[in-house]
Amino acid sequence: MAHDADETGPPGPPGRGMLRRVARRVTGFWRRSIQARVVVSTIVLSSLVVGMTGWALLARVSAGLTDDRRDAAIGEARVGFESAQAQFDATVVTDGTTQAQALNQLVDSLTGPRDAPRGHEVVLEGPLVPERDQAPVRSSSAIDASAIPADLRRSVESRSGVLWRYSAVVRPGGDRVPALVVGQRLRSPGTGEAYAMFYVFSLEDQAETLALVRNALLAGGGAMVLMVGAVAWIVSRQVLNPVRLARRIAERFASGSLEQRMLVQGEDDIARLSTSFNQMAASLQSQIRRLENLSRLQQRFVSDVSHELRTPLTTVQMASEVLYDARHRFDPQTARSAELLKRELDRFEELLVNLLDLSRFDAGAARLELEPVDLAAVARRAVDDPVLQRHGITVRVLGGDERAVVQADVRRVDRVVRNLLTNAARYSGSDVVEVEVGQAADRVTLVVRDFGVGLSGDENLRVFDRFWRADPARAHGGTGLGLAISREDAALHGGSLQAWGRAGEGAEFVLTLPREVRRDGTVLSEPVVTAVFA
Amino acid sequence: MAGAVSYRRSKRDRVLVVDDDASLAEMLGIVLDGEGLTAHVVRSGSEVMDAFASFKPDLVLLDLMLPGVDGMAVCRRIRATSAVPIIMLTAKSDTPDVVRGLEAGADDYITKPFKNTELVARIRARLRRTDELREPLEFGDIVLDPGAHTVARAGQPLELTPLEFDLLSCLISDPSHVFTREELLTKVWGYHHPGDTKLVNVHMTRLRSKIEDDADDPSVIRTVRGVGYQAIAPS
Repeated sequence: MAHDADETGPPGPPGRGMLRRVARRVTGFWRRSIQARVVVSTIVLSSLVVGMTGWALLARVSAGLTDDRRDAAIGEARVGFESAQAQFDATVVTDGTTQAQALNQLVDSLTGPRDAPRGHEVVLEGPLVPERDQAPVRSSSAIDASAIPADLRRSVESRSGVLWRYSAVVRPGGDRVPALVVGQRLRSPGTGEAYAMFYVFSLEDQAETLALVRNALLAGGGAMVLMVGAVAWIVSRQVLNPVRLARRIAERFASGSLEQRMLVQGEDDIARLSTSFNQMAASLQSQIRRLENLSRLQQRFVSDVSHELRTPLTTVQMASEVLYDARHRFDPQTARSAELLKRELDRFEELLVNLLDLSRFDAGAARLELEPVDLAAVARRAVDDPVLQRHGITVRVLGGDERAVVQADVRRVDRVVRNLLTNAARYSGSDVVEVEVGQAADRVTLVVRDFGVGLSGDENLRVFDRFWRADPARAHGGTGLGLAISREDAALHGGSLQAWGRAGEGAEFVLTLPREVRRDGTVLSEPVVTAVFA
Repeated sequence: MAGAVSYRRSKRDRVLVVDDDASLAEMLGIVLDGEGLTAHVVRSGSEVMDAFASFKPDLVLLDLMLPGVDGMAVCRRIRATSAVPIIMLTAKSDTPDVVRGLEAGADDYITKPFKNTELVARIRARLRRTDELREPLEFGDIVLDPGAHTVARAGQPLELTPLEFDLLSCLISDPSHVFTREELLTKVWGYHHPGDTKLVNVHMTRLRSKIEDDADDPSVIRTVRGVGYQAIAPS
């Protein structure tokens, strides 16, 4: 059983096993529940749509807001730059201290009064000295010079014209707020020095508005997705509930409660489904009832016929036996008539009994009386079979020493074996008959083998046909029903009766019975004994 | 019918035939008469008890399907007053009927149609006497007297039918042996009923109900599962 151990594998960490179990549960639920699939796919699709629209909307709003602010800011900065340049042009400065003071005044004048609310800050760098990296910086309020993006600074220093860039500035509180920086190079005609001047506009208001819009969109979108999911759940429930109900009712119907019907409400598709289901159920129920009735009637009929026929047949048979026993007192023709009467009455009785048995099988009325049966003992009893003895046939029993017990109806088993032995005696022409018993854990096989005329072509199948005879000229009595009944007997136990043969060599009839009777309709057909003529 | 029925008083064994079918009843009379038995035919269940009292049969041949009173009831009524052997005639080989008949007190049954020889063999088997005078057998506190056909346990006489007597004496005759049902059928019923174990089962139940202290937990006749029965001397 090393194979089994391999399959279980080494014990993994407990967490992984649980995870796998959960995953299997989830996938199982996913496969089984249409509702889960509908709700989840609806949520996924609607999130996609809402997300995309929201994103596009936000982009438009953001663009509109910042574009307006930028145009206004650039206009304002341009005015500032012009006034600053005008001041540079008007001022002739020689003294360094005075010059610094003048520059501070310029920044202050451009920024406006210190306490009033302002939309912008001003940064003035310079005079710019080409070989020095860091020029002196003057700035309004608490603006840090680092707020000016380095690339903008370089562009402004090297080129003329108004340049702008989005950036972020750190407020005194420590918050970073988005900002627009507009810069231009100024020239002092007196000294020939260059200055870089920057306007820094806070975009905080726009950012706040955008955040508001974004949050509103997120909340709205989320709510909408949830609502769509809920709607999908409710709608799918409405559609699926009747389907589930139909499934439950169909299951109950299948398990035998034929009165189960669906409730029909309204005229919608569900109602029509219910109506069709109910029609189907009613038709099935009436069919089943009809067949049950038929079977019951046939069973009753068989039972009645059996009873009604048996009593007169008994009388006739008794009378014929009395005549037969007295035949030596009759004239030859009457004596022969008595013989024929008795012989054919015996055959008639056998035929009647066989027919009644077959019709019991056909009506499903055949019942097993189970008890432990030792097939080895059954095989050993074959030696005493009167028909074989009368035909002078030698019986060899193989594998009859070991007990081979099955749960079976001993009368039926005896009848099968008797039929097989009689069959061999009557039709095979063999003077030896082998009875072999083989057993496995779940089944026992009994083979009756002869070495006579054998079977050819499809005869190994046709021998079980009702009233079939291999050679009508060799009909030595018998009813032609024995093997058909035997096969039914074997099948009733959940076992099988098979035939194999070779023309001129012999034939074997293989009875295989399960140790325990199978009632689930499955049939054991693989014999334990190796077939000689297969 | 008078020709078929013999009222002669003789040493011949007397068989009461109860059957509603006129032809079969007459035929049974002819065959039994030919076999040296005295037959008296009754055609309905209601006449059985009167005929039983006046004819004093050694054996009753009883058709289970009778008009009026049904065969089972007749069987029970006879068994209530007598231990006479009863053989049922039945057209149905269906077991429930047969078992009910056996439980009603029948010793044996025969299914229609049957051979004359088979019928006679079964009747003879039931009429057979263990005539050879044997010493009374003691088995624990059970005393079995084959001559007087009586059984007593712990001094108390037991009312056994001849069949139950034969069954018990067969088991006691060899306590070391486990008797299979087949063996009991051959030895007690006297012919081979292939695998007809319900005969043994029903009568074993009835025998136990008479001799055991507790029939549900038998101590005198032990069941050997899958094999058969064995007698154990009660202490």
